[in-house]
Amino acid sequence: MTSPHTYQAQAIVIKQTKIGEADKVVTLYTLEFGKLKAVAKGACRPGSKLGGNVEPPNYCLVMLAKGRNLDIITQSQTMDGFLKVKGDLWCISCSSYILELVDAFTTEGSPNQPLFELLLDALKNLSLSNGDETVLRYFELHLLQHLGYRPQLRRCVVCNSPLKPGVNFFSPGQGGALCSGCNHGEFTSHPISIDALKVLRLWQDCDYHTVSRVKMSSKLSSELRLLMQEYITYLLQREVKSMAWLEKLKTGFGVGSDCGVN
Amino acid sequence: MSFFAEPIANLIQEFSKLPGIGPKSAQRLVYYLLRNSNEEAKALAEAILELKEKIRLCSICFNITDCDPCVICQDKERDHSKICVVEKPSDVLPLERTGKYQGMYHVLHGAINPSQGIVPEQLRINELLSRLQDGSVSEVILATNPNMEGETTALYLYRILEPLGIHITRLARGLPFGGELEYADDVTLAQALESRREF
Ligand SMILES: [Zn+2]
Ligand SMILES: [Zn+2]
Repeated sequence: MTSPHTYQAQAIVIKQTKIGEADKVVTLYTLEFGKLKAVAKGACRPGSKLGGNVEPPNYCLVMLAKGRNLDIITQSQTMDGFLKVKGDLWCISCSSYILELVDAFTTEGSPNQPLFELLLDALKNLSLSNGDETVLRYFELHLLQHLGYRPQLRRCVVCNSPLKPGVNFFSPGQGGALCSGCNHGEFTSHPISIDALKVLRLWQDCDYHTVSRVKMSSKLSSELRLLMQEYITYLLQREVKSMAWLEKLKTGFGVGSDCGVN
Repeated sequence: MSFFAEPIANLIQEFSKLPGIGPKSAQRLVYYLLRNSNEEAKALAEAILELKEKIRLCSICFNITDCDPCVICQDKERDHSKICVVEKPSDVLPLERTGKYQGMYHVLHGAINPSQGIVPEQLRINELLSRLQDGSVSEVILATNPNMEGETTALYLYRILEPLGIHITRLARGLPFGGELEYADDVTLAQALESRREF
């Protein structure tokens, strides 16, 4: 049934915007073509076969037809709808964050298979781990790695000497760690604990399964969160909006009751 | 330099701003009005002005209305102990059409979308909370859209309303995920309303 004008892709739905009466422009992250925008006609109508499928953060198999401007999604089959993620406020919010990061860091037309797999795994792990924050940190670190921003964490980025235990620094601008001798304050840098360095080094080279077994204190996990946040904001030159929402959920709501997460 | 006389060009430009109206359709509308009687053109102009002058938000439910409180909020026959929470004013109409619901509404004017920076403070959520203060409301029906933003909103509302001890229900999944309430057919919507479930 495939003609030269139609093609298939494995896709994760990143976001969608309504256009016209009931159509949607859907941003997909595909295995085959990287980021891709396409039109889902009539997707807002509950009767639509497409509607429920091309919804973030679903993993689907989509059939597309070449269009004059944007390509058109003609069929879609959901491979994983991540129902557990959608049923939990923290998890669905984490998935928003992950999708926003992918959207912010990628451009259309540059396929990146490891990145697609990382994204799919992150959504699955979110569901399996009930929203463990390690999923987010691991995702952030590896997303940047697949895009060429792997931070240098074993040697000082300036003098190249191995980092010693004790106080070291992390410089988003230099893309890695500085020894105390090289941190003269000319780079925007922050102290990084030796434990944080060790954890990040381990994460860089291990799969998620290994990483998820490392238990961390809440102090260390918030150090890592802030560090990654800073690095990401530096690289994007702007804030990731869902990050603020996650912060809000973690610290309670400030309205009515202060029920935090977990 | 415009190809049209100025009044024509102006109106074409205004019509083109409307949703679904391209320059071609705008032109057709303008020529239609030119051919039409003065009275009809006046009636249209007045209707537009009246819309903006008389329509406002109900101070209780935040639905659009020409009187405050709106007809639904004023109606003594209706069940004031139930509030159905929807995203936008256009969601009220299809629910009313089902004829199955006799309670009140609350229009949020949007849904939580963290990546677009849309957070609860921008929605009419505090106003909903204050309606629940006096204990006269026993059930809140969450009728946000069955998509990511709607789900996030419903989960958030559940999280903040649950401690208040109010019975919270959610429209049943007759509605497929990803759809929008506004476009649901009456039967599907009536079923979804009748089989609303515990959150
Ligand atoms: Zn150094
Ligand atoms: Zn009202």
